[in-house]
Amino acid sequence: MLTILFDGIAYGMVLFVLACGLSVTMGLMNFVNLAHGAFAMLGGYVTVLLMQRLGLPFLASLPAAFLAAALAGIVLERLVYRPMYAKSHLDQVMFSIGLVFMAVAGTDWLLGSSQQIIQLPRWLQGRFYVLGVGIGYYRLFVIGICGLLAVALQWGFAKTRFGSRLRAAVDDARVARGLGIPVNRLFALTFALGSGLAGLGGALGIELMGLDPTFPLKFMIYFLIVVTVGGTSTITGPFLAAMLLGVADVMGKYLVPQAGAFIIYALMVILLLLRPEGLFARART
Amino acid sequence: MTFRRTVLKGFMAGALAVTLGCAAQAQEVVKVGLILPMTGPFASTGRQIEAAVKLFLAQSGATHGGKRLEVILKDDTGNADATRRIAQELVVNDKVAVLAGFGLTPLAMATAPIATQAKIPQIVMAAATASITEASPFIVRTSFTLPQASEPMADWAWSNGIKRVFTVVTDYGPGIDAETSFANKFKAAGGTVESVRVPLRNPDFAPFLQRVSEAKPDALFVFVPSGIGAQFMKQFVERGLDKAGVKLIGPGDVVDDDILNGMGDVAIGAITTHHYSAKHDSAANQAFVKAFEAANPGVRPNFMAVGGYDGMRLIAEALKATNGDASGEKLIAAMKGASWESPRGPITIDPATRDIIQNIYVRRTEKVGSDLFNIEFATIPQVKDPVKARK
Amino acid sequence: MSGTVLEQHVRQSLRRARRWHPAELAFWLLAAASFALFPTRFLILNEIAILALFALSLDLILGYAGIVSLGHAAFLGMGAYSAGLLAKYVTADPLAGLAFGMATSALLGLLTSPLVLRGTDLTRLMITLGVALILYEVANSLAWLTGGADGLQGITMAPIFGTFDFDIFGRTAYLYSLLVLFILFLIARRIVNSPFGLSLRGIRDNQLRAAASGVPVPWRLAAIYALSAAYAGAAGALLAQTTQFVSLDVFDFHRSADLMLVLIIGGAGYLYGGLIGAIAFKFLQDAIATFTPQYWMFWIGLFLVLFVLGGRELIHGAIKALVARFPERGASS
Repeated sequence: MLTILFDGIAYGMVLFVLACGLSVTMGLMNFVNLAHGAFAMLGGYVTVLLMQRLGLPFLASLPAAFLAAALAGIVLERLVYRPMYAKSHLDQVMFSIGLVFMAVAGTDWLLGSSQQIIQLPRWLQGRFYVLGVGIGYYRLFVIGICGLLAVALQWGFAKTRFGSRLRAAVDDARVARGLGIPVNRLFALTFALGSGLAGLGGALGIELMGLDPTFPLKFMIYFLIVVTVGGTSTITGPFLAAMLLGVADVMGKYLVPQAGAFIIYALMVILLLLRPEGLFARART
Repeated sequence: MTFRRTVLKGFMAGALAVTLGCAAQAQEVVKVGLILPMTGPFASTGRQIEAAVKLFLAQSGATHGGKRLEVILKDDTGNADATRRIAQELVVNDKVAVLAGFGLTPLAMATAPIATQAKIPQIVMAAATASITEASPFIVRTSFTLPQASEPMADWAWSNGIKRVFTVVTDYGPGIDAETSFANKFKAAGGTVESVRVPLRNPDFAPFLQRVSEAKPDALFVFVPSGIGAQFMKQFVERGLDKAGVKLIGPGDVVDDDILNGMGDVAIGAITTHHYSAKHDSAANQAFVKAFEAANPGVRPNFMAVGGYDGMRLIAEALKATNGDASGEKLIAAMKGASWESPRGPITIDPATRDIIQNIYVRRTEKVGSDLFNIEFATIPQVKDPVKARK
Repeated sequence: MSGTVLEQHVRQSLRRARRWHPAELAFWLLAAASFALFPTRFLILNEIAILALFALSLDLILGYAGIVSLGHAAFLGMGAYSAGLLAKYVTADPLAGLAFGMATSALLGLLTSPLVLRGTDLTRLMITLGVALILYEVANSLAWLTGGADGLQGITMAPIFGTFDFDIFGRTAYLYSLLVLFILFLIARRIVNSPFGLSLRGIRDNQLRAAASGVPVPWRLAAIYALSAAYAGAAGALLAQTTQFVSLDVFDFHRSADLMLVLIIGGAGYLYGGLIGAIAFKFLQDAIATFTPQYWMFWIGLFLVLFVLGGRELIHGAIKALVARFPERGASS
């Protein structure tokens, strides 16, 4: 039973790292970026290619996944995302779905449609037992990294100058601009950070979720659930939401496998019914 | 006047020649509509079959029974409505004589009424649910059926000291087929079976494998679509099930040749029953694999490819047998009972059910040099689809 | 006094909006002519007519009431399965199936409207999406009824009115779908140009103000949502009847996403947007898929991105220019 809880937490952690970037950009720019998963996929593929073609170790390829996705984030933000901020939600949705389609077909063309597989280093394979609870090394590793990231993000968001400016900009971009906060640059940096985190999440998730060109489409719904349920103004909101979804999904499938597929959607609808306005009040135009 | 008449005559003769020429040409070409998922999650199925079909035409030439085979490839993205519309358009507009391909069960099922209505043979090269060939008298299958591959596993497991089996299958047609056929046979032999089904869109196998690990069975019987097999295997090992002495058994989809090599050592030791392995020991197979890999560098042919290859051969053989008569009933009649040595071993089209009769092999996944292969170590000869055989 | 003047004014403007523009007549004449012009393309024409009806249904809530939805496929699927199951188990009469599909979808719309009509755009997007996904899973797990992932097999339709049989060329199918589209379009046109439609637009533009001026907002929204659901159900029923097959795909996310794309191409809020968008979308998809079967998704994606980035004004400008070429009939009165 505890093993399942542990698995759920690991799964939730990866979801958090994948989705937290989306939540910040959504809160900050009021921008519905369905293409977020494409950045995650980019990170995943960078890891796969570095490991398969160049023989880099897994650990070394993780920062590369982050950097590649962050870089792509900066470039795309500057080139194509910026004109989108002023448009309607519907336009943003269509635009980012277009990007997803291009990413899916482009990846398929470049690297083929099959599942990508990586070989973890030996010390991350297998599991050990503490008081009868089976703990996978890799899942522990994932929890460690993502936990550290979550703490660091929370600290950066709450305590640093960047964080306070960011919070100010999220609260009211116009006033923040008036106070001399370089909101545009803040946007770009945050976008890059969010994309980078997604890339890292994509790399970490290969072992748990798999990786193929349809990744952004398959997991888009999961990211959106985390963000919608968690809200956008904090780090803790999406974190708790990701944990809740991860644990509920894994536990539900373990306890009632017949209802496996429903749980996550039903949970989302119920949560949104209980707190429809409070979660997204800020994003209203 | 005479001049004009001559010109007119010449013109008419010319026009006549052109018409006749066209007609003659139209007679010589027999069109095959090949409908495959070339994009989307099942694209690898489409790519394998397309490559195999091309290979067959390159090797054996396009002319059979005095007619030239022309293949029209269409992508249905794995979407049944699209398959059906494309099939209908191919029949109505392109006047194809044969429909072929069909990567998934619903795609084959959706097209069956068209085949019946148009009286056109529908060659199923991949989809593996048992009931497909019953959907239309014009369906012939060159792939396999899941019960055909799963039931021999029950016999093998029972006679090798396995008493308790846990089954994990993906919750859709083929998965349920594999689960029920295995479980029924295994229970009949005296074994006990526990079952769990995994949703089709499922990111993480952890909760299901945890149940398995708590049940401590002798073996885990698994069927998942070939793409996500690797992920399954890894989590199987991560959970320490291999060390706990749980054998991994199932139909061969989970150790698909296409992706087997990338799975790494976690796949070693899996016991599967299937109709084709790229390491099948025969001259025909060695030639096939060699030619396939030469034409498609870096891709190993899998059971989908062999289904496509034999499907194309079936069309060619039937056309030869009818001396180029491409009418649907004649072709189907010629296909019934057709038999030859395929890369997978001897195969026959069952005249009663239009399904394939073939050897099923028991294989163990092993490392040969630096590559992983499924090595066949036992053969169950000439297996018919057990579901239809019982009827 | 001024009240009656205003009422006069509103009535007049409504009556004017109901009058047929020559461009509209030309559009429907062309649609009828397509029957003779493209005798080998009935199948895709049929798909266009169904997609157009589906888009019309989304336009009713998006263009006139401002409700966004990423899960409109829920109603398409409901209509398709209802019509399919009715044909399989009860009666093969197409019109009965059509009515049944519309009724069940409308009921579903009415039942889910309280979920959808609260919250912001984003919660709406997510809830509609969630509802469609849940229905997908329901249809998958009720395999004994729906056939699950194998699809609903064995639907055979009786001839329409007992005389027009569905043929393999899709001639009857197209004529049937086109007629249903036309009739439902007429009804929709009448509804949006009624006081009810006017109140919807009021809600769309400013919900608070509409509520303050005495419009029963939730009821109006629920009504249009159910109506839109019924239209989507009709599209689903047509799909099931003309292809004589239903698969889980009808609930899939890409249906809803494609639908948004259609409406974005054509433009929302004037009823023809969905129809024009459906034509453009299908021909685009068909052309690209023939030219590059593996990678058509890329080109659709690129098209979407360019379209949102600036191409839309071009296309919509072109449509407006085309309409403007027709002389406004009796513009002065």
